[in-house]
Amino acid sequence: MHEAGIAAGILTSAIDAAGKAGGSRITTVDVTIGVLTEVLEDALQFAWDAAIVDTIAEGSTLAVTMIPARSRCLDCGHEFGHGRYDGTRCPSCEGYVVELVTGRELVIDGIDID
Amino acid sequence: MRVDIEQKILAANDELAQANRARFAEAGVFVVDLMASPGAGKTSTILATIEALRDRYTIAVIEGDIASKVDAEKVRAHGIPAVQINTGGACHLESAMVARAVDTLELETLDLIIIENVGNLVCPTDFDLGEHAKVMILSVPEGHDKPYKYPNIFQVSEAVILNKYDTLAVFDFDEAEFRSVVSDLNPHAPIFPMSATTGDGVEAWAEWLAARIEGARRTSS
Repeated sequence: MHEAGIAAGILTSAIDAAGKAGGSRITTVDVTIGVLTEVLEDALQFAWDAAIVDTIAEGSTLAVTMIPARSRCLDCGHEFGHGRYDGTRCPSCEGYVVELVTGRELVIDGIDID
Repeated sequence: MRVDIEQKILAANDELAQANRARFAEAGVFVVDLMASPGAGKTSTILATIEALRDRYTIAVIEGDIASKVDAEKVRAHGIPAVQINTGGACHLESAMVARAVDTLELETLDLIIIENVGNLVCPTDFDLGEHAKVMILSVPEGHDKPYKYPNIFQVSEAVILNKYDTLAVFDFDEAEFRSVVSDLNPHAPIFPMSATTGDGVEAWAEWLAARIEGARRTSS
């Protein structure tokens, strides 16, 4: 239940931002999550529904955008998509010096409030 | 009304982790976070590490568990200060928990804090505690296929301890394949085969840790 901690983090940021903007109710929360964070969207939705009870975000929608993993080879510059564990070697030149471009995002993009 | 936030979800944890890191640097104490499955031998590894390094360094231990204080009591029985954190259900430690535990230690007197994270191969990887290094332990009975299933933890670890190495003969553990996958995931991480209970191989791991402690001292002074 790593997702419970993530859901709590999202909720804290959302309530904080809503308070600063003068909102009394949160209706939508948009988040972006990379596949390499091992966050499961279903488990996150479940944790979210539990976390928002009795808060100003109760009944809100958590809109999740999952981002695939991509890396760039620092030897030949080739950029490539990959899975959870096969991204450490460039498929073009077979070099091992690669830099992750996307896949580890854990970002709260914004909220809709009333 | 739309409000843009554009903030890391774990920003609050990351900020507290940075505060921990600054405290550790000021006190000149090196902090290592040990991660592994339940039963991989985290506490035994800590006890073996203490015995290997206690003549050179003043050590304390922070024990993370969902409940109970049996681990802290084992460490204290060896004459080493230990703080038990009970996460009360959470599957990983967060930086605020570590900050509270550190409050109870005499930080200036210490050279090394070993944090035993909650037994789990998934959740601890995304939570920065302010440590200098994350290290993971995999035990032979868990199987050589674990890097395929839990790649993240192998990637965030600076070193991998292969514990219960004395049981290699009785388990179907393909060490060559394990080494090959770990090296693909994390080419720079050394692998230390050892048995925390017999003591075999502990020295190589302890010397790596000691070198890491000395390295951190050189860069901070």
